[in-house]
Order: sequence, then C-alpha cells, then structure tokens
Amino acid sequence: MGTQELLQERSEYKWGFVTPIESESLPKGLSEETIRAISAIKEEPEFLLNFRLKAYRKWLEMKEPTWSNVRYTPIDYQAITYYSAPKKKQSLNSLSEVDPEILRTFERLGVPLDEQKRLANVAVDVVFDSVSLGTTFQKTLQEAGVVLCSISEAVHKYPELLEQYLGSVVPIGDNFFAALNSAVFTDGSFVYVPKGVRCPIELSTYFRINDSQSGQFERTLIIAEDNSYVSYLEGCTAPAFDNNQLHAAVVELVAKDHAEIKYATVQNWYAGDPKTGVGGIYNFVTKRGRCEGYRSKIRWTQVEAGAAITWKYPSCILQGDESVGEFYSVALTNGKMQADTGTKMIHLGKNTRSTIVSKGISADQSHNTYRGLVKVAPRAEGARNYTQCDSMLVGSECSANTFPYIEVGNQSSQIEHEASTSKMNEEQLFYLQTRGISREDAIQMIVNGFCKEVIQELPLEFAVEAQKLLTLKLEHSVG
Amino acid sequence: MLVPNHKSFYQDLRPGFSAGQSAERAGIFEQAVKREREAQQNKDGSKIAENFCGWVLEIKELHVTIEGKPILKGVNLTVRKGEIHAIMGPNGAGKSTLAKVLAGDPAYEVVSGEVLFLGQNILELDPEQRAHLGLFLGFQYPVELPGISNLQFLQTAYNAKRKARSEPVLSDEEFQKLLDERMELVEVRSEFKLRGVNEGFSGGEKKRNEILQMAVLAPALAILDETDSGLDIDAMRIVARGVSCLMNEENALLLITHYQRLLDYIRPHFVHVIIDGKVVQSGGAELALELENKGYDWLHPAEVNV
Repeated sequence: MGTQELLQERSEYKWGFVTPIESESLPKGLSEETIRAISAIKEEPEFLLNFRLKAYRKWLEMKEPTWSNVRYTPIDYQAITYYSAPKKKQSLNSLSEVDPEILRTFERLGVPLDEQKRLANVAVDVVFDSVSLGTTFQKTLQEAGVVLCSISEAVHKYPELLEQYLGSVVPIGDNFFAALNSAVFTDGSFVYVPKGVRCPIELSTYFRINDSQSGQFERTLIIAEDNSYVSYLEGCTAPAFDNNQLHAAVVELVAKDHAEIKYATVQNWYAGDPKTGVGGIYNFVTKRGRCEGYRSKIRWTQVEAGAAITWKYPSCILQGDESVGEFYSVALTNGKMQADTGTKMIHLGKNTRSTIVSKGISADQSHNTYRGLVKVAPRAEGARNYTQCDSMLVGSECSANTFPYIEVGNQSSQIEHEASTSKMNEEQLFYLQTRGISREDAIQMIVNGFCKEVIQELPLEFAVEAQKLLTLKLEHSVG
Repeated sequence: MLVPNHKSFYQDLRPGFSAGQSAERAGIFEQAVKREREAQQNKDGSKIAENFCGWVLEIKELHVTIEGKPILKGVNLTVRKGEIHAIMGPNGAGKSTLAKVLAGDPAYEVVSGEVLFLGQNILELDPEQRAHLGLFLGFQYPVELPGISNLQFLQTAYNAKRKARSEPVLSDEEFQKLLDERMELVEVRSEFKLRGVNEGFSGGEKKRNEILQMAVLAPALAILDETDSGLDIDAMRIVARGVSCLMNEENALLLITHYQRLLDYIRPHFVHVIIDGKVVQSGGAELALELENKGYDWLHPAEVNV
C-alpha cells in the first residue's frame, strides 16, 4: 500500500504513513547473541556490553508486571526486531546528507531538518527507528558548551560520563521493561549541561518508528551540573500498522545543586484503529529524575495523546534538601486506547516540595487511569506536596480512575490532594455555539480550559501544537 | 417608518383578546397579525422585502419531538421589532423546548413547520450561524465552563459574530472598553471578567452573566428562558433594568417565565400561554395577571375542546 492510500484510509491519524526506505535489521528475537550483535554494530566499549548483558540476565529472571489497569495480549518478545536502521551508503557528516525520503518524512511531520526551515530556537535530534540521524543547531550548542547528541555518539565521546550515570537513576533491574531497555537500547539522546550554563535554546528529540516489526528502545540521559538550566522536549509518532509495536524507553535525569531540568513530552504514537482497537504502539516507559543537589528542580510536563496503551510514571527522587519536583500531565485517550499514567514523588531531603497536576481526558470507549505515589521518608522534614487530579469524560462509554497512594513517614510534612471529575457534554458545546462560537472552536476552548495549567508549562512553540493535537483527537469523539 | 407604532397596533387588537376567551382566539390573533402584515406589504411592497417588514420572528406550525416523543404540536408565533412577548405556561408545556429549538439545540428534532428569523429560514442553520444573524438564548440553567475566562469567552463570541458578518473584529483594548460599559450597565463586578464562565457562580450570578452576554452581543432577538427563576427581588430588578436598557425599536424580546412577577418589571406587549405544545391563549399584559390569579387549569386544551 502506498503512502497516500494509507493516509487516506487512516485519515484520523495523519502521521500514519510509512517511509519507503531500505533498512538494515538484525533478525527477530532476543538472546545474548542479539545483544552482542547490537553492541558490536555500535562498536561499544566493554563496560556497556557488560551493562547490557547484566540487564538481560536480570530480565530473564523477571516477570512481566500485571498490576496496571490496562489489558493487552501477551507480547512475544521473540517476534520483535531489536535493531533496525536506515541503510546508509557512507557515514553522514551533516543532516543534509540523510536520505531525502527521510528528510521529507520529518518535513511532513512538521519537524523540518533543513538548515533554512528548522524550528527557531530549538535544537532537534532525530531518531528514526533505532538510530539517531543527527542534530541541528550544533554550533550554537557548542558555543554554550552544551552537549546534545545521540547516546551512541556519547558512548564514544563521553564514555566516563555514561559509565558513571547510565543506570544510576533507573537501575537495570528496576522493572521488567527498564531491564529490557537496558539490555537492548539502541539509541536516544544525551544531554550534558556544564556548571553554571543556562542552555540558550530549547533542546528536542523527535522519535519516529518506521519499521513495522521493530521495537523502539530508546535511552535518554540528561545531566545538569551545578547552577545549570536546560529545557528539553521529545515528540513521537509512528506509522499506522495493524500489529502492535513495543516502545519501552528509559529516561534518566540528574540535577545537581541549584540545577533545573524541564522535560516535556508530546506523545502521539499511533493508537490503533479507533473502531476495532487493532494495532498501535505499546508505550511502556520508565522516566525518572533525581534531584540530587541542594535546591535542584525537575519538572516533567507531558501531553500523552497517542499509543494504544500508555504505561508510564515520570517520577522525581527529591534527594537534595529543598529540592523541587513537578509533574504536569495531560493524558487523552479515545477510541479503544488505554492509559495508566501518573507520577511518583519520593521525598528524601528536608523541606522538599512537589506539585502534581494531572488532567485526564477520556472519550469513546477508552480507559484512563491516574496512578500516583507521594512518599515522604522519615528524615524528610518539612516536606510538602500538592496534588490536583482532574478527569474529564467525553461520552458515556469511557472510564476514568484515580489511584493516589500516599505514604508519609514524617509528622512535619504536608500533603494536599484534590480531585475532580467532569464531563464535556453536548450542553457545553451547544452553549458556546449559541454564542456564535463554532463547534470546533468550542471543543478547543473546553479542552484548553481544562488543560490550561499543564499546557502553559510547555515551551511556547509546542503549546500551540499540543492544543491543536488535543482538539483534532477529540473532534470525532464528541457528539 | 415601516415599523408601525405598536402601541396603537395593540390597542386595536387587545379588546378582542381579553383573557378568558376561548383559545380559538389565539388562531384568530395570528390571523389578525397576518392581515396586518399583508396590509403593510400592500402599502409598500418593495421596501418591505428588504427590511423584513419589521418582523423579527415568525414561527409557523412548528412540530418538534425529542427521542420520538412529541413536545411541540403546532406552535405559531410572530414577533416584530420593538416588541416584548412573554411566554407562560405550566411545567412541561414545551416553553424551554421552544427556546432551545429556536437556538438550534441538536437534541430536538423538528418534524415540520417553519421558523423565519429576520425573513430567513433558520431551521437548517447551526446554532452559531443563528447567533451570527442576531439570535440569543439566555439559558434557564447556564452551564459551567471551567478554565475559560468570561473575558476570553465574551471576546471570542463577540468577534466570531463580527467575523461572520464581515465586520472588523475589535482589538483587546476596544473590547475591554465595550465590556466595561456593559458590565456597568448590568451591574456585574469587574472581577467576573477573569473568572471561569459560570464556574462556581451562584444561581443569581449565572443569570446575571447571561444578561451580560446579551448586553455584549446586542442581539436582534433575545430569548430569555426563565431568567427570573432563582433570583431575589434585587437581582430581578437589576436584570429587568438591564433588559429594559437594551430594548429599542430595532430588536425584540421573548421572555419565557413561570411567574408574573418578572412582568412587573418588564412589561410585555403580548402574553402567550403554551399548554401541551401549543399556544392556547394570547393576550396583552393583563393576561399574565389573570393567570397569576386563576392558574392554568381553565386554559387546558382538553377543557377548551369541550
């Protein structure tokens, strides 16, 4: 089927096209040989191969967890391709040498890599199937001393940083999918912000799965040294295939004294056929940040609008005294989508603060669950948490659940939790329409009103896109 | 001046329509209105066509169902520029249905009949298109729109109408000025600008917010559905004064109400009684008083038919 035909058939997911390129893949299946092969292709140092093998052996002993509020047919881990990359004739010196088909792909996705057309003030690293294709704005970054590169490149350029930090926030045996990722991760982004540097531009990675059989196991590591600042955004899409594909990423953030990391995600993986639920991405992701230093700050902002199943909890370990963790999330499910998402705020240091604002929108026959843990360790004196958890239902066949867990080990802490459930309904739309506002604008106003506190945390360039995405997703679901 | 002086017009009609007469008269009333219109048209045919001969709303034999159940069973009503009409009737008679159908609520199905608004058939139009033509519905139960500020809402609505009518949209400053004026007129405090639309408003505040919207959008026809219910006397006085300020020779008002008391503040030119989906009685303002004393039972269609 040609790209155009696919597009027409799946007009509701306009990112669902496939790029016809030649790719090189490892045979399907997972074994020590697969891992050795990945490591060999990437010419990795000894420590990394050992890291992978250790993770693989742990993974073999682990069982796939079943506690989430999502249902899916068991994944056959031997039917997945663990490495797939666009075939290249020679090594690339710049993004302009990338296969023009791929460049066109990103242009259609609204992520132009062309030097003239690139997004203003955003440095983009693009990951296509298993590999990074390159990064824009290298010069600006170099001048500021900020490193943004693929993790494969970082393995060779900064092996000591990787050896020190990889797996330091999310240990290899942390959970089933993190162990799998640690064994087979192929690419992802690496960011290093040196002491005292305020990164002058937004950093961004765009992930694209193109191959129908490959899983995507990306690994991102961001290190912000003392008194530094960085804002990072990731975006994701995939073609519409009838089979389910696994996306099991691990993201680790480390913030030192007075450092601040903002990490934003706009996730729009293919969600499967909205009527039958066939196909779509399994988005099983482990994201965790460690506020290691005094007064360090990590903020997660996520707009989860795609994927057949989303299962992720971007978390903060508030280790440094007076450190701050924030989580702002919009999770939208429609069709037959399922989402079980939320956060964990682990208060270890004194006077640590955390804020959780979660907005769940469920439509059609989808299921949307917020699950969050606020944990205050006995020594975390004066810890404070504020949680706000709102759900919006669209239609009568969807569901929204909230599972807040609170564990408090210190008397001096303060925990607040607010929750609400509302319904976007025909009455609201009719009301706005009788005032002269079109139905489309009415949906956008209601959704934006509901998500305002989260959307305003996104970098400006992406806030508008995120609003459009949410409206587009809901247009077919209301009424 | 094509709009006839409605005072003399009513005086001509009223004596024949004092309350207490048979509901058959309602039909005669409509016919009289029709004759009057035809007479007007004959006087100056060409000009009348351009100017909709002063008729804001014409409802002809309107039949409406919801989920297959008939609610309106042949409603006829005519409203001209400068007129205030009150629609009264017991619970479940179809008053609110009429209001929502006029505004274009998709929950109702129009089975037959015609609704002309400023000479244009509006039944095929979306609610927003009707609003752009100048129709306004003040809701009985205004919905809450969390996170959308009153200011943003009103400005979007105002400019959407301007855009649809190919008029230039107002800048933020210009709109703020307009809004401040109108807020003063209907005595709404400026803090309401930044609050979410109806979010956490009391019943009375919601109703006043409806009047504010009406004041900003300046419709050719405003339909107020039970705007008086849930208001204390002070609030009602404010609402009534706001409404009175907004009335002029060019627009019209349809008040749907349960009680006569709002009509002490806003005196209607006509009162119509809807029972079981039909206008069973029409008359002048005194009809409302009579209803207050006698209730609706004496007008029940079953009895009328006997």
